[in-house]
Amino acid sequence: MDLVSDQEFLIKRNNNTYEVVIGLEVHAQVISNSKLFSTSSTKFGAEPNTQVSLVDAAFPGMLPVINEFCVKQAIKTGIGLKAKINKKSVFDRKNYFYADLPQGYQISQYKYPIVGEGNVILDMPSGQKEIGIERLHLEQDAGKSIHDIDPNNTFVDLNRSGVALMEIVSKPDLRSPDEVNLYIKKLRSIMRYLGTCDGNMQEGSLRADVNVSVRKKGETNFGTRCEIKNVNSIKFMQMAIIYEANRQVDLIEDGKSIDQETRLFDTKKNETRSMRSKEDAHDYRYFPDPDLLPLEISDKFIQDIQTDIPELPDEKKKRFIDKFKLSPYEANILVSDIETSKYFEAVIKEADVKLATNWITGELFAVLNDKNLEISDSPISANNLAKLINLIKDGTISGKIAKTVFEQMVDTNENPQKIVQERGLQQQSDPKALEELIDKVIENNADKVSQYKSGKDKLFGFFVGQVMKESKGKGNPQLINKILKEKLNG
Amino acid sequence: MSNITNQTLSELIKNIKSKKISSTEVTKAFVERSEKSKKLNAYITDNFSSAIKKAKNFDEKPNFELKLPGIPIAVKDLFCTNGVKTTAGSKILNNFIPSYESTVTQNILDQGGILMGKLNCDEFAMGSSNETSFFGNVQNPIKENLVPGGSSGGSSSAVAANLTPVTIGTDTGGSIRQPASFTGTVGLKPTYGSCSRYGIVAFASSLDQAGPISKNVKDASILLEVISSFDKKDSTSIEFKRNQYSEELTNNIKGKKIGIPKEYRVEGMPQEIEDLWRKGIEYVKECGAEIIDISLPHTNYALPTYYIVAPAEASSNLARYDGVKYGFRSPGENLIDMYEKTRSEGFGEEVKRRIMIGTYVLSSGYYDAYYLKAQKVRQLIKKDFDEAYTKVDAILTPSTPSSAFKIGEKTNDPVSMYLNDIFTVPVNLAGLPGISIPAGTDQKGYPLGLQIIGKPFDEQTILNIAYSMEEKIGFKNQITDWWI
Repeated sequence: MDLVSDQEFLIKRNNNTYEVVIGLEVHAQVISNSKLFSTSSTKFGAEPNTQVSLVDAAFPGMLPVINEFCVKQAIKTGIGLKAKINKKSVFDRKNYFYADLPQGYQISQYKYPIVGEGNVILDMPSGQKEIGIERLHLEQDAGKSIHDIDPNNTFVDLNRSGVALMEIVSKPDLRSPDEVNLYIKKLRSIMRYLGTCDGNMQEGSLRADVNVSVRKKGETNFGTRCEIKNVNSIKFMQMAIIYEANRQVDLIEDGKSIDQETRLFDTKKNETRSMRSKEDAHDYRYFPDPDLLPLEISDKFIQDIQTDIPELPDEKKKRFIDKFKLSPYEANILVSDIETSKYFEAVIKEADVKLATNWITGELFAVLNDKNLEISDSPISANNLAKLINLIKDGTISGKIAKTVFEQMVDTNENPQKIVQERGLQQQSDPKALEELIDKVIENNADKVSQYKSGKDKLFGFFVGQVMKESKGKGNPQLINKILKEKLNG
Repeated sequence: MSNITNQTLSELIKNIKSKKISSTEVTKAFVERSEKSKKLNAYITDNFSSAIKKAKNFDEKPNFELKLPGIPIAVKDLFCTNGVKTTAGSKILNNFIPSYESTVTQNILDQGGILMGKLNCDEFAMGSSNETSFFGNVQNPIKENLVPGGSSGGSSSAVAANLTPVTIGTDTGGSIRQPASFTGTVGLKPTYGSCSRYGIVAFASSLDQAGPISKNVKDASILLEVISSFDKKDSTSIEFKRNQYSEELTNNIKGKKIGIPKEYRVEGMPQEIEDLWRKGIEYVKECGAEIIDISLPHTNYALPTYYIVAPAEASSNLARYDGVKYGFRSPGENLIDMYEKTRSEGFGEEVKRRIMIGTYVLSSGYYDAYYLKAQKVRQLIKKDFDEAYTKVDAILTPSTPSSAFKIGEKTNDPVSMYLNDIFTVPVNLAGLPGISIPAGTDQKGYPLGLQIIGKPFDEQTILNIAYSMEEKIGFKNQITDWWI
């Protein structure tokens, strides 16, 4: 869980205070076995140019045919963003020349996107904040130009050419790097719940163009914005925003104006650089692709997708809070990743909710973090964790012993019952046996007993510790407490 | 049989089926005549030896159930043919050999057709005289130094000169009907969406259609039956019930209502064309059809609309010819330099002119004034036809405003060249079927055509009208074999 400051992100210069206005254009790769307009595979990491059809390479006379599954995925995502689904949308050609763009144009949606306005809820410490979604449209990805293999030539890999992307455009509602972090994570969470984008930023499945402008606090008009192209990690987005916002503030403070332009973020130097100015901006000559008819979607088509929508993070969180009495904080942690929520729900099917929450967010997360593992690769299955919790709950082992068992489970993923049995770790809960141990401790520490009786209450802990030691850590702490109190106070 | 190459497609089919002649004999006859006809420059690439081999294979295991049993056919070089060079008449594809087959040519092969070669055409089908081809002019067999029309000029020339029994061309603004008219042949442009565009080098996607060029209407109907098909690989292909056009062909057109649009009486149209049109009206009347005067009020705007829409789409369709992946490349200092050199050297003047026009009309600030407005006008033109078709079954017009002209006569005057398409272009803009049939000659003895325009997907009606007119007209092409 990210620690988010509730403080406003403001930049102060001289006597002026500026706020930052951010809008994101997120490019999310659609989960689909084949490309948006061809049947080639979309599998990541294949040998260059092995997943390229004649359509992807734009051979003469080749025509695009829309992949219905990708359309469904876009609609699904739109529903997840609580957005309007447009029953008629149009594919346009965005014309420009580049070596990794075989058609000489990208098929995208310009005037009539498949999904219209929606929103995403961010959980801020001070409460919820709604970020508006302007639109979502489908488009093709380009190929990849590789400049560093040969000093004189550029190599082109078309495996990615034609892969379906959803461009999700936010309204300029974001005000800080923290909000951007939460927004991206929430978007990713929703798409993973829906199975429409895996959100893997290392593999480039999720990247964003970041629009940044600044204005004096209290001002209602927007400042001139700059667009930082193609940033592929949240950390870089945040760094780029901080750099860019400060650069713009400096310009304003120096009495200069900001040029509307496209910039690149240099991750090594941690700065943004001008890529092209508005004057040099491409004229993409958008026009409806005459090879494709307008995309018309029936109500039935949308309804069928609707029935296929799983419980999404916001609803799940609400259910966790209402039904399991989790705190909003706990619920957030457990729902933000779909796999975590699945794990949690599997554990609580068989075990106590409160203990499950604590063990998952405490011990388990620590181990996963330490080993750099996803919860889906957890060394401890949900089933075994539930068993462990039940052993605590029914008093077979203490919480302390449970930690020992847990450690062994991490290494072996064994059934905790088996570990407890084999190692004889059952809790000592026989009052008579405990009484014997307690008597022994009292006998051996007569001086401490009299000190305790004369008012040194703090010594109680010492006695508990001694009895625990005598029981080799297996004594039932509640029982020990109870009997000790009776004996010492009696 | 000595006069194989004079035979029509239907005669050849009949004679092959009845085993009077073999596919090998037929193929060899057309190959031989094609080889003697190099002067026409109708072919860009020949496939003769392979064709003869395929014909022999056919004869060894004949299948007479097929619609084109062992029939050799040469096609316009705009259709991608698996393993056979496909240039689109351009230097930029001079070395391009597809690894795939267009749906339309595949349909021909599937019905027993044999690919005899690839026929010359205007570069990327942009032209009305076949003079923009990188591979040179094509001669009209009617007379030396006469253009065969365009862009399917190699196709019309080859059919008129008996180098192939039939052929297929493509028609974006008249590229089948105008060359048919110039060479005394029959040319049919089907309804947009009838024939798959898959594997056809694209010129203007919303207008391009493949169609037959033949010696007579019956042959056109046979070939249409073969090439028209629904194809999932083309998103603009339309699923509708396709007729058995040749079987349903009839000369009974009694009671058919035929519209005569007053707007097609253009200023400066030669008297001969006017007379021909009048004669055509008499013929259909004699056949029992009813003549109705109609109005297509937006006809005047068709040509300018076409010369915005077609170049706009072309400018984008031709962006893929960039020297990166296939085709001609001229090395450069860097990527941009390579693009500039490749496209400057690889494309001819007319293609570059249209790319420029298309790029301009799509540019920001001009899009609304040109492209968007043109699309609106296009809708109005289509509405004119919709309106007319509430009253008539088909429309009769001249095919072209003049007969074939001399090679070089109009090359320096693009606008006068564009005017050639004045009667054919509205049909493409409205997506309708249209057929041109030879209806007579002018004073010089050059053929002139009449065009019959039909309702969408109603190819049968215009074929039937054309069939009955053909009978009345009794046109015979006067070919002297001057080039042999």
